[in-house]
Amino acid sequence: MIEPRILEVRTKILKKNDELARAMRREFESLGLLVVNMVSSPGTGKTSFLRETLSRLRARGIPVAAVVGDLETDNDARRLAESGAPVRQIMTHGLCHLEADMVQSHLAGWNLADLHYLFIENVGNLVCPTSWDLGESVRLALLSVTEGEDKPLKYPGLFNTADIAAITKTDLAAACEFNRELARANIEAVRPGMRIIETSVKTGAGIDEWFDYLAEKRRALEARTA
Amino acid sequence: MHELSIATSIVDIAWEQARQQGGGRVTGVTLRIGRLSCVHEDALRSSFDLVTEGTPLAGASLAVIEVPVRIWCGPCNAEFELPGIQRFACPACGHLSGDIRAGRELDLESIQIAPDQIAADTPEAKQPEPS
Repeated sequence: MIEPRILEVRTKILKKNDELARAMRREFESLGLLVVNMVSSPGTGKTSFLRETLSRLRARGIPVAAVVGDLETDNDARRLAESGAPVRQIMTHGLCHLEADMVQSHLAGWNLADLHYLFIENVGNLVCPTSWDLGESVRLALLSVTEGEDKPLKYPGLFNTADIAAITKTDLAAACEFNRELARANIEAVRPGMRIIETSVKTGAGIDEWFDYLAEKRRALEARTA
Repeated sequence: MHELSIATSIVDIAWEQARQQGGGRVTGVTLRIGRLSCVHEDALRSSFDLVTEGTPLAGASLAVIEVPVRIWCGPCNAEFELPGIQRFACPACGHLSGDIRAGRELDLESIQIAPDQIAADTPEAKQPEPS
């Protein structure tokens, strides 16, 4: 009997997704388009945060668009469309995360060169989206004051892939006895050096800082591709 | 259950690699999974069994090499393995470091290929059993 042989493969399992995402990022960045992948648990307030982001950026005359992933409904897309920005729903039908090809196929017909920012609202999940690059330049992880300060320690894998963290619903902090120093220390422990912004869609806190961050990232991207 | 997507990718790559090597049956795969990759090994095993069922990879074994997180500590000028993934601090001096050198792997390391069963099972190829 001939023995089975071992073939060294040494390949990234998600190579196909990685390669597509890299090509997408190259295209987005060459067009001066900053793409943001938003990840959080369900209920953190991703959709409210994004609606506020879209409305306010549009009010400043900045062209924006969004794609939003959801397991079964188009509720989020309808809520986001209230901002007046172009929005498309990606229905994943049970799949717990978005993949690069799903994003790509939902951009058809949009003139990406006309946009400054494209936001991708991932499926509400702090585990599954971790390993899927969507071609984004910025990954934003959101954490609400109602979730508890130890969320970053429970989901270090995802927080560790983020570029910036937003603490949301800070208007509820006192009612939740939210310990902001502890939350910040926990984020710092799993992703040392990451920028953290504290936001509230209700009071508008932190939104300007968020926009400054976006503008700074987009300028850096334009400088790179110029 | 993102493990199902990962298992599907493993099967696609293994199948393609075996085909490029001139066929043969894939009887096992070995993965390198970093502790930061958010993959649950049991879920991956169930998913792998599920997606290989009824395919030429059915019954193939799945071996996982777990890769711990390693960070670079500037002040110590050295690389360290971390005992966990909840605190990216140097075990020697306590300095927090975002310079991650290992632990995000999600790699197909190798595949095990047995000689093609279909060819071996044809009457011409079949050797008489020793009596």
